[in-house]
Amino acid sequence: MSANPVRIFVPIDAAALSVGAEAVAQAIASEAAARGLAVEIVRNGSRGMLWLEPMVEVETAEGRIGYGPATAKDVPALFDAGFASGGAHALRLGKTEELDWMKRQQRLTFERVGVTDPLSIADYRAHGGFKGLEKALALTGGEIVDAVKASGLRGRGGAGFPTGIKWKTVHDAKAEQKYIVCNADEGDSGTFADRMLFEGDPYLVIEGMTIAAIAVGATRGYIYLRSEYPHAHRTLQRAILKAEAAGLIGASVLGSQHAFHLEVRLGAGAYICGEETSLLESLEGKRAIVRAKPPLPALQGLFGKPTVVNNVLSFAAVPWIMDHGAQAYADYGMGRSRGTLPIQLGGNVKRGGLIELAFGITLREIIEDMGGGTLSGRPIRAVQVGGPLGAYLTAEQLDVQMDYEALASMRAMLGHGGIVVFDDSVDMAKQARFAFEFCAKESCGKCTPCRIGATRGVETMDRIIAGAEIPKNIAVLRDLSKLMTDASLCAMGGLTPMPVLSALNHFPEDFDRPPLPLAAE
Amino acid sequence: MAAYPAWDQDSARMIVAGLAHLEGATLPMLHALQDEFGYVDPQAVPLIAEALNLSRAEVHGAISFYHDFKTAPQPARTIKLCRAEACQALGCESVVAELSAKHGIAVDDHHAGDAIVETVYCLGNCALGPSALVDGELIGRVDAARIAGLCQHGRAHS
Ligand SMILES: Cc1cc2nc3c(=O)[nH]c(=O)nc-3n(C[C@H](O)[C@H](O)[C@H](O)COP(=O)(O)O)c2cc1C
Ligand code: SF4
Ligand code: FES
Repeated sequence: MSANPVRIFVPIDAAALSVGAEAVAQAIASEAAARGLAVEIVRNGSRGMLWLEPMVEVETAEGRIGYGPATAKDVPALFDAGFASGGAHALRLGKTEELDWMKRQQRLTFERVGVTDPLSIADYRAHGGFKGLEKALALTGGEIVDAVKASGLRGRGGAGFPTGIKWKTVHDAKAEQKYIVCNADEGDSGTFADRMLFEGDPYLVIEGMTIAAIAVGATRGYIYLRSEYPHAHRTLQRAILKAEAAGLIGASVLGSQHAFHLEVRLGAGAYICGEETSLLESLEGKRAIVRAKPPLPALQGLFGKPTVVNNVLSFAAVPWIMDHGAQAYADYGMGRSRGTLPIQLGGNVKRGGLIELAFGITLREIIEDMGGGTLSGRPIRAVQVGGPLGAYLTAEQLDVQMDYEALASMRAMLGHGGIVVFDDSVDMAKQARFAFEFCAKESCGKCTPCRIGATRGVETMDRIIAGAEIPKNIAVLRDLSKLMTDASLCAMGGLTPMPVLSALNHFPEDFDRPPLPLAAE
Repeated sequence: MAAYPAWDQDSARMIVAGLAHLEGATLPMLHALQDEFGYVDPQAVPLIAEALNLSRAEVHGAISFYHDFKTAPQPARTIKLCRAEACQALGCESVVAELSAKHGIAVDDHHAGDAIVETVYCLGNCALGPSALVDGELIGRVDAARIAGLCQHGRAHS
């Protein structure tokens, strides 16, 4: 038996687990034991090539060699082929870093995800962790805020508000208690970057939130995590305990005079809790009814105190910015969209997963080059960008660049960077109906246009789908959409017309339906 | 799969007391009670109201607002099937149709037996859908036969 065990990486990311990574890890452990081979199995995050999961990597002298997608059944044959030293096998992918999917990316936020052991503080530090925090500790709060401003970072949760300006407001506010709240509700269909980050590199978010706390003078933080993510919840709780035990957070951040107490709180299955004021109500223990703004959460947020509310990816971008400098971050991107965007590619696509790139790549490059087209092999018909409140685009519109303003100019939105691909079997009238149905189910109920409007929308779509009085019902649909857009208190009701109208405007043929036979009524 | 003890007002009171020091403790309390008993009995309302100095209406209002909290004991197994857009693009609606046509399982039907298949919107597995969450474990590329099998499994163990 050789002295040094072979390091074999098997992802513990929920998506990898969903297609059998646990069985693969167990098979590797027992097969190695049976063969008397010393192995160390590291449970890493996913590299983001989700179609290759479970993807196993083996550390060799020339680097890490990937094999995938591997099932437990493949494991004996992999050992027979000498995979523990990088041997040839049908599942051998080559050096992970040199795979096309990896090489094309500009990974700043996700640089460690899939590379390190997510819960090892030593590994985190060895791969550049805490450098941003250490640099921040040497600065004043105002200097940190200025750096974040200069980086051009805009909130990654959807609205794209400049993070530095939000932090400045909280920094300047006078209060005996301030809060940092991480919005990890990630309710949009097609998005999973927050989850992958928590499961693959949780200390990065903790570090980002700690820097925010130092910048604005906050001593308490909450991560509001959706309950649909039990795996991420476990990882985060363990990471926070370990970070506290190591003196990274708690009464003294890295031995400094700053205190920062951090807690994870679970949501309870309500999409609207992603809206920041609704999230704050939920954290306070109430029904998550949206608050009217002003007052801004930055001035009167959690328990009425000045509060920074940012998305997971916004916090996670900050350590890199502090470490490498604001200008280095701002050098990536286009127009007013600076830095990199973690893009999530899902739905009917051959190679779905997570891609981090500077703003500016086109949708077509992402879906066709990286994604390889549809999984079904049929033509792409529609692509929804930006979650359930985002627009549906046609196959002809895919040359648009990933950038807040470019998408807005097409009456679409970037949202949290989720892309969902549909093939030509999609029925766009049904998708429009779903948008209303979703809004009706998930509305907080505070305002009439959203609460009642969405229900009327479902009824109107049912009539259109039944082929009843099409022109009249389409006029009702447009009228209703205008009302919801203009009169809703928040973007839930205000943006639901975006998927609806984009479906109607780009795919009118799906709304022009022959009447159903009477029996169906 | 969890087998839950029957509701017990004294241990519920202990759970509530143990969390009363938290800021905004209502949701942590409700989660802890549901983790322990599998649901939140209406008897929890006065306990929480008293511990947090809230009105009963406020506590009841919170319980009824969130999809997660159940106020009656649940079937032995809950399978959460994602029916959001990315899973729609991968055929989750045919899974729902097949479950009902071939296996007699109506999604979201609380009277279906001791396993329930429930709608959720997005499990963060949108590149490997259709997706389901079964007793806290995520399953990708799921089909109707697999879900029906998991329902059977729920019955056998109850
Ligand atoms: C209906 C609705 C749902 C939202 N869901 C989320 C979410 O899941 N995660 C998130 O970070 N922001 C979400 N937002 C945006 C937040 O309200 C808020 O803008 C964001 O958390 C601010 O952080 P950022 O500046 O870092 O983006 C949602 C907004 C609306 C209207
Ligand atoms: S638009 Fe809908 S979700 Fe937003 S405040 Fe009004 S009712 Fe609530
Ligand atoms: S849409 Fe089903 S897992 Fe995201």
